[in-house]
Amino acid sequence: MSAADLAAHPAGGSAGEGVSRKRGPGLLPYLLALPSLLVCAGILVPFVTAVFYSLERYNLAFPQARKFIWFGNYIKLLNNADFWNTVRVSMTYTVLTVGVELLLGLGIALLLWRRSWVTNLLNVLLILPLMVAPAIASLMWKLMTNSDFGVLSYLVSVIGFPNFRWATAPGSAMFTVVLVDVWVYTPFIAILLLAGLRGLPSQPFEAAELDGVPQTFVFFRILLPMLAPYILTATLFRMLDSIQQFDIIYAMTQGGPGNTLMVFQIQAYLQAFTFTNIGRSSAILMVLWAITYALSKYFMSTWTRLRERAHGLA
Amino acid sequence: MKGISISPLRGALMLIVALFFLFPLFWIVLMSFETNTDILRSPPQLFFSPTLHNYAALISGKLGGGGGTMTVNYMQNLLNSVILSVCSVVVSLILAVPAAYAFARFKFRGGEDIAFTLLSFRFAPPLLVLLPLLNYFQVIGLYNTYFGLIWVYQLITLPLVLWIVRGYFEDVSEDIELAYRLDGHSWLSTFFKIAIPLARPGIAAAALLAFIYAWNNFIFALILGSSAIQPVTVGALAFITSSGIEYGQIAAALVLSVIPTLVLAIFTQRYLVEGLSLGAIKG
Repeated sequence: MSAADLAAHPAGGSAGEGVSRKRGPGLLPYLLALPSLLVCAGILVPFVTAVFYSLERYNLAFPQARKFIWFGNYIKLLNNADFWNTVRVSMTYTVLTVGVELLLGLGIALLLWRRSWVTNLLNVLLILPLMVAPAIASLMWKLMTNSDFGVLSYLVSVIGFPNFRWATAPGSAMFTVVLVDVWVYTPFIAILLLAGLRGLPSQPFEAAELDGVPQTFVFFRILLPMLAPYILTATLFRMLDSIQQFDIIYAMTQGGPGNTLMVFQIQAYLQAFTFTNIGRSSAILMVLWAITYALSKYFMSTWTRLRERAHGLA
Repeated sequence: MKGISISPLRGALMLIVALFFLFPLFWIVLMSFETNTDILRSPPQLFFSPTLHNYAALISGKLGGGGGTMTVNYMQNLLNSVILSVCSVVVSLILAVPAAYAFARFKFRGGEDIAFTLLSFRFAPPLLVLLPLLNYFQVIGLYNTYFGLIWVYQLITLPLVLWIVRGYFEDVSEDIELAYRLDGHSWLSTFFKIAIPLARPGIAAAALLAFIYAWNNFIFALILGSSAIQPVTVGALAFITSSGIEYGQIAAALVLSVIPTLVLAIFTQRYLVEGLSLGAIKG
């Protein structure tokens, strides 16, 4: 059952609900969930360790200076220009990618709304970029924007920008990685919104057409509100990924040129593996974790509300 | 809006969309059949005499052009990708399908909290746990092992399987299971004979999506493994940064790394779209 079906038949499987729940389930559910929990508990231990690291002065180059310093790393971050640069770059990257992908994805979904062999074919083909590993996608674009032989470098020189340096120039590096991100992830939003669109009831649109309601009104007052749950889900999902972006930027420039692309995880990676400063790296990651945790909490509560509403409809 | 047929404007827009999303794939495939001289020709050529030289070099592992050869075992990277992705998905299915069933069928104390905790791993910054894990793995000997990596891969594949399959179990009516139980069958045989077959499309979608996520993962093996067990995503990067490798060979390596997921995606597109939308709408 797809999301579209879910919207169309919201009652789902609630018919049998309550029948088995009269009997207490006892230990069974815990037993069933236990293996998953144990495997993931192995991950909780390192998480606690990471919290501890972030409260330590911990640099692999000076092991004897290792010491618990409470919030020293965090306080230093507040006065650190590089950290604020990282915050700014990450926010820019997230806003640009999610914004562009949302607009493009919505446009594409509307374009493919009506079924025909062309839209069905495009629908299949559109999923391909999404299947390419982000790191590999980045390398593909790197080959295409190479200044010696890249086909895109050639094309932009033909239309009058012979010195456009793509990811190697500070002015266009952000543009280039956002472009790769848009290439990989726009299909995700388009596919989600398309599933949403195709699951919408057709009566409101037919009624609006009969009444001669203007198209702009139909779009802003009927279509967008009905599509809102899907748009919200897609946006939050993409935001969570985008603010943690690592693969695309690492494969393209490792955060350069200079520190133009130093997003959270790249900055933390370099702090840990180039500057061996585990304490600061962990503190940066904890800040990122706090942001993603808040976002995912919000995401989960919205999701639960939407789902309950969908189930409560029938 | 239903009145609009394919107008020239719509046609043009669709063409632009197709061009933007397919051109990079098309171009890299083209490059992978070109010699270095053809690639370096300006303007870039659409027509050239294709060569299999790049693929042959990759498979034999002897790479390089005029400046001498170097040995790069890219086939091992491909094999590593297969091992890591397949094993991760199998482990995830074994662990998460029963858990998904528990979360779908029973309201139990702490159930939602546990489910959310498991899901939240999907959203946590991977590097945060990778730094301590690197230390631990080096101490307990899991660094640079398939076992260690497959375990860490559960961070992405397990929540995915859990949440997609849970949605399916919830949407399948419980009545059939109850009828089967009333016939005197045990809970275990009900689970295997009724619940799992009914949720099979969901399990397939989840397995497929988990495989793709695992195949495309980059950061885990970058940090927790050496080149001997790293998958293609990391292998290809090492490739592009080392000098002396022909551009066509890099393109061929990229093509080989994306072929499995692309082929899989085309043939299982229906399941995939269901998995994607379910995974997102339902969490």
